[in-house]
Amino acid sequence: MSTISDPPSGSFRLSMLINDTRYRSYTFQFIALVLLIMAFAYLGFNLLANLQAAGLNISYQFLGEPAGYDINQTLIEYTSQSSHWRASLVGVLNTLLVAFLGCIMATVIGVFVGVLRLSNNWLVRQLMSIYVEIFRNVPVLVWILIIMAVFIAVLPQPREFRGDDATASMVFGAFAFTGRGFYAPAPIFGPGSGVVIAVFLASVVGIFAFRNYAKKALYDRGQLIPTLWPSLAIFFIPAILAFFVMGRPITLDLPSLQGFNFQGGIFMRNSLIALWFALSIYTAAFIAENVRAGILAVSKGQTEAAASLGLRPGRIMNLVVLPQALRVIIPPLISQYLNLTKNSSLAIAVGYMDLTGTLGGITLNQTGRAIEAIFLLMLFYLAISLAISAIMNVYNNAVKLKER
Amino acid sequence: MSDTHAHSVAFVRDTMLPEQPPPVSEAGAVKWVRENLFKGWFNSILTILSIYFIYVIVSGAWPWFANGIWTTSSLAECREMLDGMTGACFSVLTERWNQLLFGFKYPPEAYWRPILAFVLLIVAIAPVLYPKAPRKMLAFTAVYPFLAFWLIWGGTLLIPLMVMVGMMAGYFAFKRFERQSFAMGMLAGLIAAVVVIWAGGIIPSSMPDVLALQAIPSRDLGGFMLNMILGTVCVSLSLPLGIVLALGRQSSMPIIKWICVIFIEFIRGVPLITLLFVANVVLAYFFPPGSNIDLVLRVIIMITMFSSAYIAEVIRGGLAALPRGQYEAADSLGLDYAQSMRLIILPQALKISIPGIVNVAVGLFKDTVLVSVISMFDLVGMIRGPILASTEWNGVYWELWGFAVFVFFIVCFSISKYSQWLERQLATDHR
Repeated sequence: MSTISDPPSGSFRLSMLINDTRYRSYTFQFIALVLLIMAFAYLGFNLLANLQAAGLNISYQFLGEPAGYDINQTLIEYTSQSSHWRASLVGVLNTLLVAFLGCIMATVIGVFVGVLRLSNNWLVRQLMSIYVEIFRNVPVLVWILIIMAVFIAVLPQPREFRGDDATASMVFGAFAFTGRGFYAPAPIFGPGSGVVIAVFLASVVGIFAFRNYAKKALYDRGQLIPTLWPSLAIFFIPAILAFFVMGRPITLDLPSLQGFNFQGGIFMRNSLIALWFALSIYTAAFIAENVRAGILAVSKGQTEAAASLGLRPGRIMNLVVLPQALRVIIPPLISQYLNLTKNSSLAIAVGYMDLTGTLGGITLNQTGRAIEAIFLLMLFYLAISLAISAIMNVYNNAVKLKER
Repeated sequence: MSDTHAHSVAFVRDTMLPEQPPPVSEAGAVKWVRENLFKGWFNSILTILSIYFIYVIVSGAWPWFANGIWTTSSLAECREMLDGMTGACFSVLTERWNQLLFGFKYPPEAYWRPILAFVLLIVAIAPVLYPKAPRKMLAFTAVYPFLAFWLIWGGTLLIPLMVMVGMMAGYFAFKRFERQSFAMGMLAGLIAAVVVIWAGGIIPSSMPDVLALQAIPSRDLGGFMLNMILGTVCVSLSLPLGIVLALGRQSSMPIIKWICVIFIEFIRGVPLITLLFVANVVLAYFFPPGSNIDLVLRVIIMITMFSSAYIAEVIRGGLAALPRGQYEAADSLGLDYAQSMRLIILPQALKISIPGIVNVAVGLFKDTVLVSVISMFDLVGMIRGPILASTEWNGVYWELWGFAVFVFFIVCFSISKYSQWLERQLATDHR
């Protein structure tokens, strides 16, 4: 005895592959797989035929050969005799450097602008929304090139600092803003500076310990200990004391004009600064919107409830609104960091030697290994973005609302 | 109140006092200024700083703009006319206007063609953008891509005509077999389209001069026109592709799901510029030997892949945001997968995804300037290359970059305003 809804028993018929929903998905997947394999085979055959016709092969030997070109900004030791692999490594570090600097500055500007967009002040609100709209709606490449144009057209060349009738002068005698880049004093660590640094690091740890203690006092005993001034004191006083006790071991290496260029100090090349600023202000416009949306997402009832408990506006922001807003803000913030890192590949437009400039630029052109170089390039960016998404998932799981 | 109370007090007013106007500080503009600009010392400082900032910007930029010179033919001449005053040399825009819009190789006698294509684009896009426009205009929208191709690239009209006939054959075949099943319809449509296009391909090659415009190779395209072409073509191609990818990623079939996941994550993980490098130097290796696919087409392929991955993620968000009940209701009506998607799920999911799709479209349009890095001469490429490098205009940065900022701002800002308007139009929830 069988009901109507029972599947018809009996032998398997070929038509069931199309008409029976139990088997149809297998048919579709099989077709998809076959099509995919055919497509890859077709592309692979074309690739082989084309490579053969051009007398090429796929090989990563070129990475070990001497690169033969100079890189104008190297964070690790590198000469033109170093290998292409070393050149790529320099590029990777340069990419990470500009991405890191850019993320910090974009966050600072973005949070600042996002909070000001919610200000009570009408004029400030309007100015900030003009900033956001202008920077969001124009390509980042244009901003990079515009800031580079400022360096070329507006800032003075080092030679203009020369002579008695110099048209340009250094700021505080220590900073020079030139068309080639910025020069700033560099610290020189003399003997005994290790102690100063150790004291400084210890005081940073001390601040955290003090804040933890204050928090514990607040939660356990309800005792409110001021944290701002003691923190600042812990931050500055021990390190300054140590600095003088040890006989001022850290001195500054000031940049000075020698010949037609500045010597000494820290030099930040114009391409790095153009890229860094442009990426920061562009991404900051997006971050500002995320911050604003995050703060607005916390319902007004939360603020009112906190106010009715008697909290002051500053504490309402710190203890009630921000912890809830951060849950909304952080995931898009991280994907903005990812975008910034990917956009840093536009370095090639201003000659900043990041990975796209070394491996994807000069190495590719010199060796002609287009497929290999671009494959490695993509692999690098893919690895970064997968790592960032992994971090994001961990974070999302950590802050997820714990529901019963 | 009882009247006993009225008798117990000495005096009770029995008429209303005339209404007093509110104090000056509590009404009108003064109140607004007090509350919005000078509420507290911190706010006042912010206001004064902002006013100073605006003053600096305006006092710096206004003389530069107002003294602008529009009619000289080189920077030296312009500087001479300015005679040491602050002033802009906008004449670079007037003198190189055609180059900025069309690139430096597009034949001047054919400028009317892209202009006409642009005007027709507005007509064709109107019924898509404005739900209230007459539905019959959609027929023109369907014809438009073929017309625009013919106008911009030239050649005989028969080629786009044959492709159009093929598409129509495919559409009718699809309609004919749709009753049996959606998949069958698609298959029949595809076969019909391919057969008609392949068979009809003989006609244009046998008479290449029928209704022919001067053929223009795509490496001659340039200027803002190239940005517009790349933007519109890639957005319209990546929308259907993105829908398919999103559905594939939501699919219950593991193989199809993983193909889509890997494609989407790969594309989203790499910068567009590496994909453009692929288009520039690698993609040619994957085409059959001897075939010569031009650079614009290769770039279109890569940008379309790029944006379709992003659109797929947006639409996946829309699909995930739909309540489960909608899927179950569609199933319980007895609709099959294709029907439930087309009739129930996608219309709602796409509506939810509109803001995201527009964001992707704006981002894509901005990203089209990256083609200047692989030495194509779009607007930015024209400015960086032929114009700034020329002897006449070497050093005119602000006018040119200001123009680029202006153009992109106008286009992108109006697109995002449009999407906000559309969202309000489509809002069916009651509040």
